[in-house]
Amino acid sequence: MTFTHRHLLGIEHLRPEEIVTLLDLADDYVTLNRAAEKHGAALAGLTQINMFFENSTRTQASFELAGKRLGADVMNMAMQASSITKGETLIDTAMTLNAMHPDLLVVRHPHSGAVDLLAQKVNCAVLNAGDGRHEHPTQALLDALTIRRAKGRLHRLNIAICGDIAHSRVARSNIILLGKMENRIRLIGPPTLMPAGINEFGVEVYDNMQKGLDDVDVVMMLRLQRERMDGGFIPSEREYYHRFGLDADKLAHAKPDAIVMHPGPMNRGVEIDGTLADDINRSVIQDQVEMGVAVRMAAMDLLARNLRTVRGAA
Amino acid sequence: MMDILLTNAKLIDPEAGGVTFGALAVRDGKIAAIITDDSPLPAARETIDCNRKHLAPGIVDIGVKVCEPGERHKESFGTAGLAAAAGGVTTMVTRPDTDPAIDNPETLEFVIRRAREAAPVNVLPMAALTKGRQGREMTEIGFLLDAGAVAFTDCDHVVTDSKVLGRALAYARSLGALVLGHPQDPGLSAGAAATSGKFASLRGLPAVSPMAERMGLDRDIAMIEMTGARYHADQITAARALPPLERAKQNGFDITAGTSIHHLTLNALDVADYRTFFKLKPPLRDEEDRLAIAEAVQTGLIDVISSMHTPQDEESKRLPFEAAASGAVALETLLPAAMQLFHAGSIDLPTLWRAMSLNPAKRLGLPSGRLAIGAPADLVVFDPHAPFVMDRTMLHSKSRNTPFDGARMQGKVIATYVAGAPVYQRS
Repeated sequence: MTFTHRHLLGIEHLRPEEIVTLLDLADDYVTLNRAAEKHGAALAGLTQINMFFENSTRTQASFELAGKRLGADVMNMAMQASSITKGETLIDTAMTLNAMHPDLLVVRHPHSGAVDLLAQKVNCAVLNAGDGRHEHPTQALLDALTIRRAKGRLHRLNIAICGDIAHSRVARSNIILLGKMENRIRLIGPPTLMPAGINEFGVEVYDNMQKGLDDVDVVMMLRLQRERMDGGFIPSEREYYHRFGLDADKLAHAKPDAIVMHPGPMNRGVEIDGTLADDINRSVIQDQVEMGVAVRMAAMDLLARNLRTVRGAA
Repeated sequence: MMDILLTNAKLIDPEAGGVTFGALAVRDGKIAAIITDDSPLPAARETIDCNRKHLAPGIVDIGVKVCEPGERHKESFGTAGLAAAAGGVTTMVTRPDTDPAIDNPETLEFVIRRAREAAPVNVLPMAALTKGRQGREMTEIGFLLDAGAVAFTDCDHVVTDSKVLGRALAYARSLGALVLGHPQDPGLSAGAAATSGKFASLRGLPAVSPMAERMGLDRDIAMIEMTGARYHADQITAARALPPLERAKQNGFDITAGTSIHHLTLNALDVADYRTFFKLKPPLRDEEDRLAIAEAVQTGLIDVISSMHTPQDEESKRLPFEAAASGAVALETLLPAAMQLFHAGSIDLPTLWRAMSLNPAKRLGLPSGRLAIGAPADLVVFDPHAPFVMDRTMLHSKSRNTPFDGARMQGKVIATYVAGAPVYQRS
C-alpha cells in the first residue's frame, strides 16, 4: 500500500502516489454511495470523534456521514460551547478525549497548527478538518477528485483559484496538491487578499480576473471570509463583485468547457453569480459535496488500515 | 599580596581587541594586575590554573526579564541569578515589564532589595518610561534615577503617541537618562506571530513585514533628532533597519543598538512545525537578515548582544503557535550560542565581548566589562571548544523555554567571578 501515514494533517506531507491511492479508493466509495445499500464495514468497531472548535455544518455532516457509512461509532463534540469557555487548554482536552480511546479524531480549530499540536499528544489517527489559515486537506482532496472525474485527468490543467487567498486554508491545500500533481496554477484576487511571499509559491498571480481566467480549464472560487477580516481589505462588496465576482461575462474568458467550483458556503452576489452557481452545465459545486463524503470515507479507511497494522504489530 | 591569581589563561581584551596569553591578579574585588610577558607573577593567597582556557570580562546583559514582582513561578532573582552565574553573566540589567510594571520608586526599591537578597550576580534594574507601560504619562524619571534605575523602557510596548514619547525623551535628556526603544510599527505588527514570507504563508501564521522594524526605528530616530535624547534600540533584527541606523550614527545622534542572541543564531525556518519555543518578539527573521545582523555586530554598527531572557512557563508555550506566549530563556545559552558565531567565523572573540560586555557597560556608564587594572573583577573562564548536547532540564532557570533544547553546542563556562568572588564553578 502506498499510503503509510498515521494522521492526515495536511497535503504538504503527502506524495503524489499517495494522493492517487486515496482518490482511487474514493472513486470506489462514490459507487458505494450511489448504491441503494450504502453500508461498508471498513470502520466497524472503531470510534470516531468529531471535535469542532469552529462552527461547521457541512464539513462536520460530511465526516459524520462518512464515518457512519463505514460502520464507525461517531460522536460529535461542539467544542466552542464547552471546555474552551471553562478555560481548559487544547492539550488537556486532547488528553481527556484520548483517555476515552477514540480511533479517529476529526479536528477543526481556528488556530493554524493546532491540529498538529493535538496530534502529537494522542494515540489515535487525527484528521485535520481545517486549522486556521493553514490547511484543509480533505477539501483539497475532494476538489481533486471532482476535477479528475470532470476532466478525466489531474495533471497539465490550467487552474485558477480566485478570491481571498490570504485567509483561505482551502487555497493553501489546493495550491500544494495541484502543484504536486503538476498543474499550472493561477491565483486571482486583489493584492490585499494575497499572502506574503506568494511569488515563491510557483504560481502565477493576477489582479485582473479576465486576464487570469484566459484559457483555464478549472475555475475555483473561494468564499470571501468576511468573518476573518480585520476590516478594510476591500473597499466594498459591490466593488469586489464587480472586479472579482464570477459571472458569465468573466467566465467567457475561460475555456468553453471550463468547470466552476466553490467550497461553500457561497455568498451569492459577492463572489459568484447565483445563476452561474446553479448552471448544471458549468457548475460542479454539488458534485464537490458528493465527492466530499467519498474522499472522507477513503481517508478514514486508509488511516484505519494503518492503525490496525500498527496495533497488530504491537 | 593579591587575593586571587588566575594563571595560564587566554585573556580576551575587548578594548584592545586581542587574545593574549597570560595571567590576571585580583585584589579587593578589582583587577590589580595583568601579566602578559615574562615578568614574575605576583604573590597571591590563591592561585588558579586556567589550563589554557579563555578568560574574559563577565557578560553585561541588557534586557533580562526576572519575573518579580508578579510571576515568581516563572523566574525569581534567585533562579535567574544562578542561571546568570552559570552562563558567565555577571551583570543582569533587568526589564520592567513585570506585573505590575516597575514604574515607581517603591516597586523599584522592592526589586533592588530582592535582587540583593537572592541574586549572586550584579543586578541593575531598568524602570518603565511611562506609567503602567501604557504610553500615556511619563514615570517619575528623576526619582527612579535616584532610586537606582539605570535606563528607562516600556519594553515591547511601543509608545505610540509621539507627543508622549517626545516629552518623555526630552525630560529624560535633561537628567541624562538612557531610554531603550523597541523599534516596531505597532499597527503593522499587531497580532503577528511570524515574519511575513513564504514560510509564514504556508504555515498560515499571521505575520509582519520586517519593514515594521525600520518604520519604528525611523520614527524613533526622528524623535532623537528632535529631543537630543540618549537612545538605545533594544533589538535590531532586520537588514532593512541597518541603513537608517548607520545614518543616525553618522549624524552624531546619541544612539546605540542591540540585538538578541536568538536573532543572531536562528532564522524563521527554525519554527518548523509550529515549535513555540521559537516564538519570539520580534519574530525570527530570514537567513539573509540573520547574516546581515551578524555582520553588523562584527563591524560595530550594532553595539550590543543581549540574551533577551524571557521566561515562560510550560502552560503558556503548550498552545497553538498563534496563541502561545513569546520569548525564550537565554542567560545560560548566551555564551555557547555566541560561540556558534565564533566557530562559524562570522564574529571574532574580542568583538563578541565588545558586544556582550564592554559596550553595554560603557553605555550604562559602568566600570566593568573590560580587562583593565582597576576594573571590577567580574570575570568568566570558559572553554569555547568544549562540546555538549543542550538539555533544557539542566537549566537553572525556573522556566526552561529554550529553543536550543537538544542542540549540539560548543562553549562551556568553567567559572564565573563577581568582584573577585567565585559565583559559579563547574563541577
